[in-house]
Amino acid sequence: MADSPAIGCARPTGGLVGQPHETEEQQTAPPVKEEKKMIQVGKPAPDFAAPAYHKGQFTSFKLSDHLGKWIVLCFYPGDFTFV
Amino acid sequence: MWDDHELSKMVTGGIPFPMLSDGGGKVGEAYGVYDPDAGVENRGRFIIDPDGIIQGYEVLSPPVGRYVAETIRQIQAFQLVRATKGAEATPSGWKPGKLTLKPGPDLVGKVWEVWKVSMESE
Repeated sequence: MADSPAIGCARPTGGLVGQPHETEEQQTAPPVKEEKKMIQVGKPAPDFAAPAYHKGQFTSFKLSDHLGKWIVLCFYPGDFTFV
Repeated sequence: MWDDHELSKMVTGGIPFPMLSDGGGKVGEAYGVYDPDAGVENRGRFIIDPDGIIQGYEVLSPPVGRYVAETIRQIQAFQLVRATKGAEATPSGWKPGKLTLKPGPDLVGKVWEVWKVSMESE
């Protein structure tokens, strides 16, 4: 919840912490089949940062900034659907 | 916009937690909930403890909604286990205030003496 970037339509999306940002070249290259890591209970949650909306403000959210609290992370297919 | 137009009508003051955007599904992909064919996230729900460890998760396909009370019950159970440093465990159907189990050699083969199937639905 640290910085509050300028509001605009071209805000960058979030991504995993510690992973390089995709470059133009990587996007056009054929997708490389890599082995997918499975999520497992008892193992660390992948850290990530993502743009966020909280109490009327655009902000950002990084999972590892919230260590020390219990966190429920919910994904949903789209706005205006149910949870 | 969703918060302004709909969610704030369900919850006074709007949604109290941060709502995140995962355009492109990178975060969802890392958590195994992104469906690249449909281009959407499935209904994933992860319980992450104060050390950043995933203690539980549930993933549903889009048409079926979750049961929030069950998520809260699971967090309460994990908090109890954590508070007792694993000395107590919560059997099937556990709710706050109900019987916990003390895992150990004495309990092996004896769960049936302390826990009954009827306790699941009490």
